[in-house]
Amino acid sequence: MPTASINGRPVQVDAEGFLTQYDEWDEDLARVLAAQIGIELSEEHWKAIHFLRADFKAQGETATLRRITTIGGIPTKELFELFPKKPAKKMAYIAGLPKPRGCV
Amino acid sequence: MKRLVILGGGTAGTIAANRLRRRLGSAEWQITVVDQSESHYYQPGQLFVPFGIYRPADLVKPRRRFLPAGVDLVIGEIDRVVPEDTTVRLVDGSELGYDYLIIATGTSPHPEETPGMSEGEWGRSIHEFYTFAGATALADKLASWDGGRLVVHIVDMPIKCPVAPLEFTFLADAFFTEQGMRDRVEMVFVTPLDGAFTKPVASQHLGAMLEDRKVALETDFIVERVDPERKMLVSYDEREVPFDLLVTVPLNMGASYVARSGLGDELNYVPVDKQTMLSKAHDNIFALGDASDIPTSKAGSVAHFSLELFEDNFVQHVHGRPMTRLFDGHANCFIESGGGKGLLIDFNYDTEPLPGLYPLPGLGPFKLLRESEANHWGKMMFRWVYWNLLLPGKEMPLEPLMSMAGKELEDVGP
Repeated sequence: MPTASINGRPVQVDAEGFLTQYDEWDEDLARVLAAQIGIELSEEHWKAIHFLRADFKAQGETATLRRITTIGGIPTKELFELFPKKPAKKMAYIAGLPKPRGCV
Repeated sequence: MKRLVILGGGTAGTIAANRLRRRLGSAEWQITVVDQSESHYYQPGQLFVPFGIYRPADLVKPRRRFLPAGVDLVIGEIDRVVPEDTTVRLVDGSELGYDYLIIATGTSPHPEETPGMSEGEWGRSIHEFYTFAGATALADKLASWDGGRLVVHIVDMPIKCPVAPLEFTFLADAFFTEQGMRDRVEMVFVTPLDGAFTKPVASQHLGAMLEDRKVALETDFIVERVDPERKMLVSYDEREVPFDLLVTVPLNMGASYVARSGLGDELNYVPVDKQTMLSKAHDNIFALGDASDIPTSKAGSVAHFSLELFEDNFVQHVHGRPMTRLFDGHANCFIESGGGKGLLIDFNYDTEPLPGLYPLPGLGPFKLLRESEANHWGKMMFRWVYWNLLLPGKEMPLEPLMSMAGKELEDVGP
């Protein structure tokens, strides 16, 4: 596993730069990761990120868009506005979680 | 007397009933299967109906015929499961108590979940082939269609038989070619995935096959709605794909009673341990086949392989012993590619579909991820295997766990 230095701190990432260790994440890191993909985190962004973190802790995998909408209560349209083009991937990146599992 | 109730008499439920009836003494165990219809459909055959290769009547047989003596079949609609009372309630008011429950009610398409899809144009310029009625209606449509823009579309994953939309596309290309009208049909494949298929190696191979057939590929398309008046698919990121004929795979969801019973996830699939299929919430409930949330294909082969292991696990579990026959997510699917050829893929939770050879005593080897006539015949022969060997739970020369024998490791970049 490659190690990247983000915000002056070493973190473990996969080949695409997604964090691989749940506990290496914190909110400061999230702000840096978001800025790297051109997103400034507002309260609405945080709502989605916090849902993803909590859901991953409970389920052991990254929530799909449909799950964030159905269980997390954030409309898909809004997720596309907050995290343009590829919201599932971008949210996972900022939340320090594995890329959502390609379905099978 | 212990009571085992199996909800759903499809592929998984029928195999479970046959295998467990042999394992559980009839003096000690009563086994009941509940299903809402008397008819068992050979679902892999529905793919061929739109092209007139199979007639609908070729694919249906009485459900009872495939259940063994000593298994009761109750025909009725399920209202809900009440795990606290270990009871299943049917819509007609009757109740079935259980000691152990198997949920095997599968997954089904829900066009009403996508705004605009099931209105106005449904059954006219918008079709699906995952139901008996839908495949039959699409056969009528294709028989008289004189060309235009055909869009094959997947709403969201997971879906039952994830290769079927690609197979439909390959078969449609061959069908229009045979009819001498391929030049009057523009074909587009629209998917929420980032390629033709889910995993990198297979996605590359299958994507190249779309290209060879001059099928345009539209990826990362998360559909927001269908505009039936303008005949347009509209995505959340405001892309539009026009169609003259839309063949869609609507959102797949588990049975609605699963949700009413508080047993499902956001798509009504039952969360289970992926190696044993035991419910994460209840120690006396299992979910088999498409009804569970295990991260592998929703496919008959998965039901079949997992059930070979499950019968031992079930017997161990009811005797209070740990379950030892752990499932690896093994799936094995023939992919029909048109013109009398097909491919085969073989994979599990950890190993993606790879090229190579699939050894099978007597019949094989079959080519993996490459087209061959033998794969096509494998697929056509499978209908007989399904009714005569698979459903009755007879021994087949297939290993339930995936093997690396014959597979080639390709170098694919990240």
